[in-house]
Amino acid sequence: MTLHLTTEERALLAGDHGEAVSLAMRILVSAAELLGAQALVRITSAHIDGCLYHGDGGVEFAEKLVATGGRVVVPTTLNVGALDLLHPDTVRADPSKLAMARRQMDAYVSMGAEPTFTCAPYQIGHQPAFGEQVAWGESNAIAFANSVLGARTERYGDFLDACCALAGRAPLHGLHIEQNRQATVVVDTTNVPDALKGQDVFYPVLGSWLGLEVGREVSVIIGLPSTVSRDQLKALGASAASTGAVALFHVVGVTPEAPSLDAVVSKTQSVDRIKLTADMVKGALKRLSTTNTVERIDAVAVGSPHFSITEFEVLLTLVRGRHMAIPFYACTARATLQELEVRGDLLQLQEAGVEIVTDTCVVVTPILRESEGVLMTNSGKFAHYAPSNTGYEVVYGSLEDCVESAATGLVARTEAIWSW
Amino acid sequence: MLIPGNAEGRLLRLQAPISLWGGIDPVSGAVIDPRHPDYGVSISGAVLALPGAVGSSSSSAVMLELLREGTAPAAILMARADAILAIGIFVSVELGYSMCPVLEVELSALDGTPQGTLLRVTSEGRVIRL
Repeated sequence: MTLHLTTEERALLAGDHGEAVSLAMRILVSAAELLGAQALVRITSAHIDGCLYHGDGGVEFAEKLVATGGRVVVPTTLNVGALDLLHPDTVRADPSKLAMARRQMDAYVSMGAEPTFTCAPYQIGHQPAFGEQVAWGESNAIAFANSVLGARTERYGDFLDACCALAGRAPLHGLHIEQNRQATVVVDTTNVPDALKGQDVFYPVLGSWLGLEVGREVSVIIGLPSTVSRDQLKALGASAASTGAVALFHVVGVTPEAPSLDAVVSKTQSVDRIKLTADMVKGALKRLSTTNTVERIDAVAVGSPHFSITEFEVLLTLVRGRHMAIPFYACTARATLQELEVRGDLLQLQEAGVEIVTDTCVVVTPILRESEGVLMTNSGKFAHYAPSNTGYEVVYGSLEDCVESAATGLVARTEAIWSW
Repeated sequence: MLIPGNAEGRLLRLQAPISLWGGIDPVSGAVIDPRHPDYGVSISGAVLALPGAVGSSSSSAVMLELLREGTAPAAILMARADAILAIGIFVSVELGYSMCPVLEVELSALDGTPQGTLLRVTSEGRVIRL
């Protein structure tokens, strides 16, 4: 099994179209060979995760591409960076790091990528169509593009996402190929009470359990209501892609590749069948919090993945006329912030003490005011990454719980919904 | 064999899959995820047996930083290719930094090898007990 390159691809690799795309092709070809791909596939869009600063190596790579003439050749969106460019005082890091983080974001913009700076490009108008081949980075965006939109991407990490954008191609492997999109794990949720399945707070818990259980396998979930919302699917995928390497899950009757169980379950591989029990759900719920004994919290963060306009609508109804006693961060895309301004909702949120963070979020860069404390969140992804990335303990709860708790600084959680 | 190379180090078999981003400090090489069973352990210089790479696609960048800082594992052994880790290594080579061999190994083959055993990984893809 060897990788076949077209004449055009060989020319790109040889440097006939400049050094930047040649470098991109070298990495792409190495990756394709490692993955056992027999060809590259043309892509229609890219989402680049690589603009987030993790250290000077990432800046060096991006600036090398710029210096050697790198340009994206497909519509390309950018993930969060390490800075809130619209609210420069939000991020608390030393000036040299801030300068490097800025250089990294700027480098990708100067290669022609759109400065979206969001982990959820799919909710600000960048939605690949069903069946489209794309190369997306950012684990939640990958899960959403594959699962909810039915577009086809593998898990592209930093650097490879940019290489795909410059070359307009990706290794033809994994989830780019139809037969690999069938489920090898069936998760049956019929035991879970409908009342719980109707609540947003259930979906990060389900996702967290799913990621741990299935790792990188493709799963199909049965028994969820057909009314499950995009925000709920977003939360499920983001959480599953944090605890596991989940890039695609199907929900029968909801996601586009799963009109029926039969349509999506693997016919060629052995299939595991798991009935979700109360113990599994309660175990996953417990694991999302690192402490279940504290009474006080120091901050609330929501918006991982970035808050959608519909999530802001719910938040607004909860905070209207109240005032948060502790810092309450809502992370979102600059495009969504603009929408809030147009609607006239921004002022009401700010008056209630909601601090809007754009272009970045609280777990990827230093925003929280102390080096330790207790953070409450309704996000499975924040709950997963906050302890290691911020030093904070985490308390998981619904958005309603988060607002109630932030209003007093004391943990207020509705527990009854979890008893069955 | 995924990324060939010669290396020596002590076996460190992690007890659970890990996301390098959010799981490993890119400067020190220590496991920083408090929920991980190997919390606090350093992967720097080890022949790292990984039961799986999960989570964030930013892990390529953490791999690059580990190689740039000189705190990467000496070699990585894993059952299935993980492109996200490998890309960090390819980019490191392009930028002139060090590399880290990655071998495809069924980890059950290491069941009889105690943690901390000095191992040599060869460019032919063999793992030798020293």
